Amino acid sequence: MNKEQRLELLEYIKRDAKRPVSELAILLNLPEDEIKAEIKQLEKEKIILNYHTIVNWNKAGAQDVCALIEVKITPQREVGFDAIAERIIRFPEVESTYLMSGAYDLLVMVKGESLQACANFVSTKLSTIDGVLSTATHFMLKPYKEDGIIINDVEKDRRLVVSP
Amino acid sequence: MRWNERISPNVLAIPPSGIRRFFDIAAEMDDVVSLGVGEPDFITPWHIRESCVYGLERGFTAYTSNAGLLELREEIAHHFRSRYNVDYDAKKEVLITVGVSEALDLAIRALLSPGDDALIPEPCYVSYKSCVSLVGANPIPVPTSMENNFQLTVDALERAITPKTKLLLIGYPNNPTGAIMPREELMKIADFAKAHDLIVLSDEIYADLTYDAEHTCFSSLPGMKERTIVFNGFSKAYAMTGWRIGYALGAPEIIAAMTKIHQYTMLCAPITAQIAAVEALKNGEKQMKKMVKEYDCRRRLMVDGFRAMGLDCFEPKGAFYIFPSIKRTGLSSMEFAEQLLRAEKVAIVPGDAFGDSGQGHVRCSYAYSIANLNEALTRIEHFVRPMLK
Repeated sequence: MNKEQRLELLEYIKRDAKRPVSELAILLNLPEDEIKAEIKQLEKEKIILNYHTIVNWNKAGAQDVCALIEVKITPQREVGFDAIAERIIRFPEVESTYLMSGAYDLLVMVKGESLQACANFVSTKLSTIDGVLSTATHFMLKPYKEDGIIINDVEKDRRLVVSP
Repeated sequence: MRWNERISPNVLAIPPSGIRRFFDIAAEMDDVVSLGVGEPDFITPWHIRESCVYGLERGFTAYTSNAGLLELREEIAHHFRSRYNVDYDAKKEVLITVGVSEALDLAIRALLSPGDDALIPEPCYVSYKSCVSLVGANPIPVPTSMENNFQLTVDALERAITPKTKLLLIGYPNNPTGAIMPREELMKIADFAKAHDLIVLSDEIYADLTYDAEHTCFSSLPGMKERTIVFNGFSKAYAMTGWRIGYALGAPEIIAAMTKIHQYTMLCAPITAQIAAVEALKNGEKQMKKMVKEYDCRRRLMVDGFRAMGLDCFEPKGAFYIFPSIKRTGLSSMEFAEQLLRAEKVAIVPGDAFGDSGQGHVRCSYAYSIANLNEALTRIEHFVRPMLK
């Protein structure tokens, strides 16, 4: 499998991890065995890290709260932002973390059982880490689109059953 | 009032659509898996829809010139120059219409007189014959067959041509067969058209939906531009069927003649759709290519699926239809389609709805999600298995 096909395979799996190998074989025009072997290899190389599901939590009745936290930190000699980031991402409350350009350094996404739990995490754990200069917390109110998927999509097939 | 005595015989003579009949049966059933539609399953890409909304917000709600927005005509001319190396003058040789259907009707009305003959390769899109009949001219079917990959041959044309033949109406990539005409085959048709001094109407609405092959625009062939009217639009490639927007390209004289009819019947194509079409041509290629890629995957899925069932199936290279032969089941196209619909609730279109040479075939559209296609293939397999033993 060449690099282009590999990226295409990843693109398909990213969009729908449950797509059967038989279908991927048709999509990529490659034998099933080759696809199976490639997926194994991608998992082994940790290019595929995990298979996630996109859930409409509101609809499922979950009360979890999500917060985006802008974090300003002092970069450290040799390691830059990495050492502090590494400390932050180990907390199970942290869902994702990115180094950003612009007005702040790290964007930290936190998930908690309640507003209070999130706020607590920020004030007791996050902002007390050495090198963290300041934080600004934004609570998420309503998701519209996640990972390329529109949460409440109203677009549907409106075509007639038969047309010329 | 006895309306049937008042309605024009030309209209009365048009037979009821074979597709319509199916639609009526299928519409009353639940849980129908349809492979029956001739339009993309994608919704028009958002940037195109958004440009239309923005146009409305700015108050673009008036008539445009009869020929259509100059900006759109220029984009089209530019597209043909860069893609096919054919030069069209945006001011005199481009007419924006309400879909290719209107453009074809205009051309036929502008060219044919009662008693004239028009060569129409079949199977073909359902409107060709009727449009010719409506002006009192005679559609002369030219059969194509699976043995020739549903390509048009000079041999078949020679057998069909009459002294009164004035034009040839081709549509490749083809609805319903998915056949394309490679350049070298089109060259032979071009020579034929020249030898018999025919006007060629080339409906290229599926031009962008070509797989493993290059589309050749008929007017790009040497010496053909002067005798060809090319038709295209946005319905298929940009998933814009309901916008009703297409265009015709041809010599200034014929475009002017078509515009005359257009101005008194349609006035102009809707401005909203014209604005959206500009956006489609300017920025739509990336999304369009993505859709084409999806169709290509589904095409392979369908070819493999039908062949695995034991049905003969020619590999379509264009559009989004597959046209398997059902002759081995011993049923006619209509019987097959009707029984399949009643037994397995799969809606397809009998091949003879597109002309007599479509008999023994059925048209299945693959403009559906893979899940839908797989379900349909399973049901069809279940239906045909006992018949193929």
